[in-house]
Amino acid sequence: MVLPAVPPALYLILSGILFTIGVIGALTRRNAIIVFMSIEMMLNAVNVTFVTVSRFLQSMDGVLFAFFVIAVAAAEAAVGLAIFVLLYRSRETINVDEINLLKW
Amino acid sequence: MAENLGVLFQWVIFLGVAFTSIIASLLVITRKNPIHSALFLVLTFICVAVLYVLLQNQFIAIVQVIVYAGAIVMLIVFVIMLLDLEEELRSGMRLLYSKVLGSLLAVLFLLGIIYSVAASPLTGQQGSYTPERMSANVKAVGEVLFTKYLFPFEIASILLVAAVIGAVVLSKRRR
Repeated sequence: MVLPAVPPALYLILSGILFTIGVIGALTRRNAIIVFMSIEMMLNAVNVTFVTVSRFLQSMDGVLFAFFVIAVAAAEAAVGLAIFVLLYRSRETINVDEINLLKW
Repeated sequence: MAENLGVLFQWVIFLGVAFTSIIASLLVITRKNPIHSALFLVLTFICVAVLYVLLQNQFIAIVQVIVYAGAIVMLIVFVIMLLDLEEELRSGMRLLYSKVLGSLLAVLFLLGIIYSVAASPLTGQQGSYTPERMSANVKAVGEVLFTKYLFPFEIASILLVAAVIGAVVLSKRRR
């Protein structure tokens, strides 16, 4: 009896589950930092998809895309957290329900 | 037999890492204290790094540990400590119907993903990076990065400079 290797579909489903958990976190939490963490989790789940497809199609493009996504996530973290610090300084809160200056 | 044992190990590691990462990410979005969320986020990222090793991409796995689990989560933890946040009140977790609706739509999206993944096998043009060539992973990444993706690489450096300047300008105290 030969055991088959782990199929790509399982990796893709795992990444879909992680992405969905990130979406639910970003939609239901009100602390801006936890919303930010959920968005990082969603980016990470997309990276898993890229690397999986690139591994099973034996190509390098997905790996490079994951690399660039990581670079963009790092830049986003620096600017986003600076914005949170600024918001907390002027509004004394980072609750996303109370930050509604741009709401129409 | 020996090959079968290797595949068995692969399954054991994959299933263990999959369950750990799902539970850790559920804990990230349910803990009330943001520091606990950040620490479970590290666990999620490290589980994903193990997945990258299983997929024979050691370079991305190491970048994941250094950049995500090291740099980004450290920044998040620093900001949480700087801001001195009060924990969200229990009444703050009350379920609005828009949130329930959004979560339902997200779960529907997940069902769509599972259906589309299970319905059709992975098809596409096979590239030239076989597992044997991928064993020299950093070399393979470097080859592609500095030839085919040279221009996006330069753009990424500009993006990082812009982010550094933006962060400095934003956090400078105005007078």
